[in-house]
Amino acid sequence: MLSSLWDNQRLRSWAGQILLLALFGATIWWLADNTLTNLAVRSIRVGFDFLWRQANFPISESIVAYDPSDTFFRAYLAGIGNTLLISAVVIVLATLLGLVVGLGRRSRHPLVAGFAGAFVTLMRNVPLIVQLLFWYALLTTALPPPRQAWQPLPGAFLSLRGLYLPGVEVDGHGWLFCLGAVAGAVLWWRGAARVERRFDLTAPRVAALLAAAYAGWLVLLWLGCGIGLRPSLPRLAGFNFEGGLRLSPEFTALTIGLVIYTSAFIGEIIRGGVDAVARGQWEAGRAVGLSDRQTLFHIVIPQALRIIIPPLTTQYLSTVKNSTLAVAVGFPELGLVVGTVINQTGQAIENVLALLLVFLTISTSVSLLMNWYNARVALVSR
Amino acid sequence: MTIACEPAPPPRPQRPPLWQILFGDAGSAALTIVTLAMLVGLAPALNWAVFDAIWQADTPARCREGGACWAFVAAKLRFIMFGVYPPDEQWRPLVVTGMILVMVLVSLPPRFWGRRLVAAWLVATAAMLALMWGGFAGLRPVTTANWGGLPVTLLLALLSLGLGFPFAVLLALGRRSRAPVSRLLSILTIEVVRGLPLVGLLFVASIMLPLLLPAGWTIDKLGRTLAALTLFAAVYLAEVIRGGLQGVPRGQVEAAQALGIPAWKMIWHIVLPQAIQKVIPPLTNTAIVMVKNTSLVMIVGVFDMLSAGRSAASDPNWPSPYAETYVLVGTVYFAICFGISLYARWLEKRVQEKEYR
Repeated sequence: MLSSLWDNQRLRSWAGQILLLALFGATIWWLADNTLTNLAVRSIRVGFDFLWRQANFPISESIVAYDPSDTFFRAYLAGIGNTLLISAVVIVLATLLGLVVGLGRRSRHPLVAGFAGAFVTLMRNVPLIVQLLFWYALLTTALPPPRQAWQPLPGAFLSLRGLYLPGVEVDGHGWLFCLGAVAGAVLWWRGAARVERRFDLTAPRVAALLAAAYAGWLVLLWLGCGIGLRPSLPRLAGFNFEGGLRLSPEFTALTIGLVIYTSAFIGEIIRGGVDAVARGQWEAGRAVGLSDRQTLFHIVIPQALRIIIPPLTTQYLSTVKNSTLAVAVGFPELGLVVGTVINQTGQAIENVLALLLVFLTISTSVSLLMNWYNARVALVSR
Repeated sequence: MTIACEPAPPPRPQRPPLWQILFGDAGSAALTIVTLAMLVGLAPALNWAVFDAIWQADTPARCREGGACWAFVAAKLRFIMFGVYPPDEQWRPLVVTGMILVMVLVSLPPRFWGRRLVAAWLVATAAMLALMWGGFAGLRPVTTANWGGLPVTLLLALLSLGLGFPFAVLLALGRRSRAPVSRLLSILTIEVVRGLPLVGLLFVASIMLPLLLPAGWTIDKLGRTLAALTLFAAVYLAEVIRGGLQGVPRGQVEAAQALGIPAWKMIWHIVLPQAIQKVIPPLTNTAIVMVKNTSLVMIVGVFDMLSAGRSAASDPNWPSPYAETYVLVGTVYFAICFGISLYARWLEKRVQEKEYR
């Protein structure tokens, strides 16, 4: 009787599953119980109400307006804003540089291929944090003080205080304008596809009309939001520069380090994708009389994209995660802000949970976005 | 049947002369000039690192002018490599580093792979840890707070990979299993950990672990860091092993079932050996990633090679030679990681040439 029960495979498998679930539940319960006891012993309060208290700590730079008298919640927003900013800047720049590196490695030109190869090997085999610290050390010790600033390009100044670039000051509702412009572009793009399907022959003329409509919309927005632009050039005043767009040494080091490191990986992904397209495709392109460049852009790249996009998504996600290494150079992105908040409030659990939640949200949304793009590319190129 | 004569070798591809490759048409000439310009642009760096560098300095002040201060690196090398380990006991971390090197060299040729090698690694690791800790045979006990430098970096990488591997196998098997609870728990673990930055995980370990465990249990900082690194390694290894499991033909499982081999024996003796053999080249990649990741422990205050270097460079007697220190630390990492990747390339070529058993 018992042995027949033991031999019943389904029963055994189910019993195993239930046991596993019970074990998992017991572990969670045990950890939660320990935590509650420990918290009670150390008399730490639990809860998210600290978010609405005054933060009282400065954040050196932030795209979200922030002041030490703001709440912890606001500090969080500032951290998230900085994380998103640095990730977006790095992803765009690293993709462009990665394209150059990847195609450079495939080049038949020996100098270019060798240079790109050495670059990739060096960057991929040295830890990112060492590279970040190296760039930060260069920017904060090797550069001259503001009075003797280097001027790599007219109007741009590189000194110990950071990189000063010519900038533009925007009056009025700049954010509203950007939002409206993006919304208009999306409408234009969807509309063009729909109109083109219906009136096939007049498509170029319709496209011109749509472009004109979009331009009109931009002008309306410009006036409606009261946008005014004033050029602002950095100039030396006393011991520092005034005006212009200031990129702090922290931001500059983080951007340089992350872009260079990430571009080596993206370069390899792009090279792998291009290599993976069958050689017959190149030969076929040549056979029908396309130039190498035409074959690359019209035949190989559309097919390579399908191979490139999944690993590229992973790379973008690790870039967002790598931005937390800013802790090492002191750029106030989310990781650093959370560390400070934990020090200020002593409420580790809530803050760590919040950090995890934000990163899981970002990871999930980037994968969803890239999956959507991947589906589009896969359909279009079939 | 005999073959009358050897087939003629294929014609050698004709290479155009060098000047034609470099300056043949406008495009390649432009590329040549751009690359050369970039190389020339790197000249100041070479100047700094070699020609203007100070190689020897009787006093730190001599480093104030000139290029890179390698004299500093020479003076602090011992500190960067071994941290605050008691100076007269530093032969112990040196021996440990040597043992790791020997063990890695022994493990390289595929014909040594097997259960005996695993056992040897277990014994060697225990010996290394014992030697670092001391407290027996007249060796002075040294707590982990005083461990530092290169041995910590190497031990963290080794231990996280070694301890993570069994968990990785379980997670990979769980993810592929048809049983709902194991599959869901595995997917949950893998996806959550993969969605997090390692820095976040290190924070969690260093701050939350003391809260999660009962009052009497204390894990030191190194142990907490190791726990985070192990979890991280396990999850990334699991995804690689899953690839290997997918590569084992279904016929192998069906054959085992037809022979009436019990499930766990089938997994242990038939599926896993084939799966793991398939993924050894990609596993070396994970090894590189983990070696690089050990550098992040600096952020939670573990005294690895990078933090030892950083605190050495903050010595006020020297003119802040941070760049030099990071070049040194970067070179050590580069040597390790590039070595592993060369080995991986060699291994992959071997796999292509013949399926090793």
